[in-house]
Amino acid sequence: MPVLTSQLDTSSETYTSYRKAQLAVLDQLQEQLDLAVAGGGARYTERHRQRGKLPVRERLELLLDPDSPFLELSPLAAWGTLFTVGATVLTGIGVVSGVECVVIGHDPTVRGGAMNPYSLKKTLRALEIARVNRLPVINLVESGGADLPTQADLFVPAGRIFHELTELSSLAIPTVALVFGNSTAGGAYVPGMCDYAVLVDRAAKVFLGGPPLVRMATGEDADDEALGGAEMHSRVSGLSDYFAVDERDAIRIGREIMTRVNWRKLGPAPSASPAPPRYDPDEILGIVPTDTKVPFDPREVLARTVDGSEFDEYKPLYGASLVTGWAQVHGYPVGVLANHRGVLFSEEAKKATEFILLANQTDTPLIFLQNTTGYMVGTSYEQGGIIKDGAKMINAVTNSQVPHVTITMASSFGAGNYGMSGRAYDPRLMFAWPGAKLAVMGAAQLAGVMSIVGRASAASQGKPFDDAADAARTAAIEAQIEAESHAFFVTARLYDDGIIDPRDTRTVLGLSLSAVHSNTVAGRRGFGVFRM
Amino acid sequence: MIGKLLVANRGEIAARVMRTAHALGISTVAVYSDPDAGAPFVALADEAVRLPGSAPGDTYLRGDLVLAAARVTGADAIHPGYGFLSENAGFARDCAAAGVTFVGPSPEAIASMGSKVEAKALMEAAGVPVLPGATITDGTDLGAAAEKIGFPVLVKAVFGGGGRGMRVVHAPSELADAVAGARREAASAFGDGTVFLERFVVDPRHVEVQIVGDAHGAVVHLFERECSIQRRYQKIVEEAPSPAVGDALRAELGAAAVAAGKALGYTGVGTVEFVLDAGGAFHFLEVNTRLQVEHPVTELITGLDLVEVQLRVAEGEPLPESVTGARIEGHAIEARLYAEDVPAGFLPATGTLHRFRIAAAPGIRVDSGVVDGSVVGTAYDPMLAKVVAHGPTRADAARRLARALSGAQLHGVTTNRDLLVAILREQEFLAGGTDTGYLSRHPEVVRGRRRSDDPVRARAAAAALARQAENRQAAGVLGTLPSGWRNVANGPQQVGYAVGEQTVEVGYRLGRDGLRVTVDGSPLDARLLSAAPDAVELEAGGVRRAYTVHRVGGVAYVDGPDGSSALAEVPRFADPNAVAHAGSLLAPMPGAVVRVLVGPGAPVTAGQPLLVLEAMKMEHTVVAPVDGVVSEIDVAAGDQVDTGQVLAVVEEDGS
Repeated sequence: MPVLTSQLDTSSETYTSYRKAQLAVLDQLQEQLDLAVAGGGARYTERHRQRGKLPVRERLELLLDPDSPFLELSPLAAWGTLFTVGATVLTGIGVVSGVECVVIGHDPTVRGGAMNPYSLKKTLRALEIARVNRLPVINLVESGGADLPTQADLFVPAGRIFHELTELSSLAIPTVALVFGNSTAGGAYVPGMCDYAVLVDRAAKVFLGGPPLVRMATGEDADDEALGGAEMHSRVSGLSDYFAVDERDAIRIGREIMTRVNWRKLGPAPSASPAPPRYDPDEILGIVPTDTKVPFDPREVLARTVDGSEFDEYKPLYGASLVTGWAQVHGYPVGVLANHRGVLFSEEAKKATEFILLANQTDTPLIFLQNTTGYMVGTSYEQGGIIKDGAKMINAVTNSQVPHVTITMASSFGAGNYGMSGRAYDPRLMFAWPGAKLAVMGAAQLAGVMSIVGRASAASQGKPFDDAADAARTAAIEAQIEAESHAFFVTARLYDDGIIDPRDTRTVLGLSLSAVHSNTVAGRRGFGVFRM
Repeated sequence: MIGKLLVANRGEIAARVMRTAHALGISTVAVYSDPDAGAPFVALADEAVRLPGSAPGDTYLRGDLVLAAARVTGADAIHPGYGFLSENAGFARDCAAAGVTFVGPSPEAIASMGSKVEAKALMEAAGVPVLPGATITDGTDLGAAAEKIGFPVLVKAVFGGGGRGMRVVHAPSELADAVAGARREAASAFGDGTVFLERFVVDPRHVEVQIVGDAHGAVVHLFERECSIQRRYQKIVEEAPSPAVGDALRAELGAAAVAAGKALGYTGVGTVEFVLDAGGAFHFLEVNTRLQVEHPVTELITGLDLVEVQLRVAEGEPLPESVTGARIEGHAIEARLYAEDVPAGFLPATGTLHRFRIAAAPGIRVDSGVVDGSVVGTAYDPMLAKVVAHGPTRADAARRLARALSGAQLHGVTTNRDLLVAILREQEFLAGGTDTGYLSRHPEVVRGRRRSDDPVRARAAAAALARQAENRQAAGVLGTLPSGWRNVANGPQQVGYAVGEQTVEVGYRLGRDGLRVTVDGSPLDARLLSAAPDAVELEAGGVRRAYTVHRVGGVAYVDGPDGSSALAEVPRFADPNAVAHAGSLLAPMPGAVVRVLVGPGAPVTAGQPLLVLEAMKMEHTVVAPVDGVVSEIDVAAGDQVDTGQVLAVVEEDGS
């Protein structure tokens, strides 16, 4: 296979300055991640420990196989909102007793683990990832239920959690609930809907109504244990399948359950002993320009991402603004589509369409590396049928059935986001680098468009145009769009599955590809490959 | 000529004798007890005969069975090794009667040396210096006898050995009680309560002279050995020549030993033991009419093979020139590697020796009876091997031996290796200050290093990192991804190890910036150079060290340039079924249950003896920890138990 040769000059001033800028952005990311890890903060964590309970991250670490990797999803959910960064729930993909699972764990140090609209989105996304990739789900349950002030945005969609859980079961995807504490009202259906429920002695409280509500409703005087303790559910109601003496015991049982689910991944296994890239992934930081308007060669990224830096480029001389080709990541064959010079012309759209069809013929998963400003505009392009060609690409992306994994490296503007398998096109997993920008168009362009439209409108109505007010408004709009294009803003709303350190791209892809191979990997068949 | 030699012994000495026999073209027969069925010496022999059972009394001490084995295999000679039948005059006579050559001295010589009193009288008559003493019978005037000898005096069993029935008496007032006690003990241990008094020499040196006699009346000596460093009357470090013996004294000692040998008409190899006091005066102690455990040091300084000499003498050959003209070349030191827990008071240790490797090196000889996988039980002497070093000087030999021992891989069984190495590197030892009081003067050597020192921390880290490498290699999915990778940093990977009584907690994270590792919460300044399941290289303080890691079950045996550790992994999750019931009494050491003193349901008070264990000649009483009721007795007299096994459960009153 052809091996990529890097042109990157790691001693150049550009490299150094790019790298410095990326490190600064990564520091900002780390600050936010630290907030997510801190959860409810030291005081609540201490109180939680004093109750003999483990923080959710310690529960997770005990659950996972020693030394196995874990990909946390959406850690910055609810960033920039009134809710705590991370949205009171931890989700991710990890290995339990040799089985790749989706883990969903409430963080009881944040408002008792109560669920807000962002927690809900994050939970539903994790369940969706489990469903589409066929990953068993382990719930680490301890939640006070709905965050009541936000119930209006929560109550109706939250029912989907139980729908998802039981649908997973119907697909023979195992679901496990390890109940460490409160799991009340609607929450009681989590152990209720899971295939396996493990309740911790004198800690789990699983009931539809607690003592106060029961008293209000029926006048009955009942205590927590009688209504929903582990002992009662293990001996009387039968809701609990396993009685755990303490938290560690519950986690031990959870691990044992996973050894007994007789799990077989449906996708092909990766090839053994894949070669690492010939270039250091650490150097990716010096590739990405500080200014998103400056393009960069994605082959430099691929040289630091794919096995052995081997990349078999498809149609290298045609539609060169988009790089397409075959490679392998951690032993998994992939097709790569990576933007080179931002803009997608008709040639790029047609090349992408063919490439996606080929990948479906060979059941090869696709990786999209986004850095696009969208499809080309202008008379000659419109007349050349750019809409039809863009539509072909979007059609191919939509109807492609091989797994897609998308990474927003830098820009993701306009319909380019769609064509490059953005969120709305159901990539199995989607991540962004911390400097990425995502919007319908660039902030300056959008503000400029607004200004031109305003000026035209004033002219058509014969009104005077206030240039000073326009300048102020343009600046305000640009600032607003800039903020809303920010990677943190995007990830906070669950428009991707998390922001990753660019240096981890290979690792994240490897983990994602392994996850998608839990399910069958099969492309769409029917027509032959259309030569566009 | 001997055609086929039966070796009536086991372990390292059986193997050692067979190797020489094979070299001489002699076929060999092993006899073996049931626990030894898989032992290396059995495999080494051309033929082997089973001695059913395990207790020595049922097996290796059964002269009749040994002779039957010789008969059935057609062996024409029997080598008794040391211990067991080696100094049994009756057996030697039986061999003669059966027409089988007994490789050793005459039955008469054995018999006369078997009684300490008779031996002493014979030696005194031959002009060998003896300590003043007196035999005690019912009518003896104790006070007068002791007065004549001079205090302190030693009370000793006439037919004893191994320190049993011995008492040191410093003042006349203690004498009567000591004698009574010694007689009682001797009577129960040896079936004969006769004791004698002897001058007690404080902290003497134990110096012995190797003698060889042939059937033609020649007796020569092969210089002395010093074996003063002992624990509980067991030698642990021996050497030749003695650092306390010069040429003149050597000549005197040699002459006395040869005189002793001549008086006995000694044939074959034997050892005349002396005590040597600080002033250079020596007195006869006893004659061992057999090959000594420590004979290799004499072999290394003389270049002789003493087993070959034994066999040739047994064949009636005269002593060759190599023996009669032997000279001392250099210095040799032997260390006895025992399966025992030194800090716990030299308690015998048992287990499976998962790995036994002592690297070959110039001047190093290893006489061992074990191989990888050997099971060390309580039935026999816990000596695993003798490691012997030869060098131009004493310092050379000590340095070689210390290096060989410290680099040895001894996995699965606790050994006295650290003690041996500590002795070999200790200043007074190196200066030649080796009398029988050496170990009591050096408690630091016995105690060993503390666990919390840095090498143990580094070895714990190495164990964790090797385990990590193994986990990654064994991973069924995501095996090629970075170890313990997180996109959001959580706590480190953690693993706990039990090292002896204590636990060590290792936390580590392997990231872009390399290894971060803590041991018991404090950072270890170490860089990871490489990690494989069986080898880890760390760099700490600019020094690169390679560790080998051998994991068996949950135990990691780590050997590094700075020492070795056995680290038992603490399981991440307690097995709810394995948690011992509160009030359980666990066996403190492996051994046999001698007596059970209470039954289930018996009310007991704190400190009340419940049962008695015996291991390696030592009795341990297990007592009730609290007032309460015995709710369970899990063992019966005669049961073999392992360390940590539940013996009984006492329910505390009011619990």
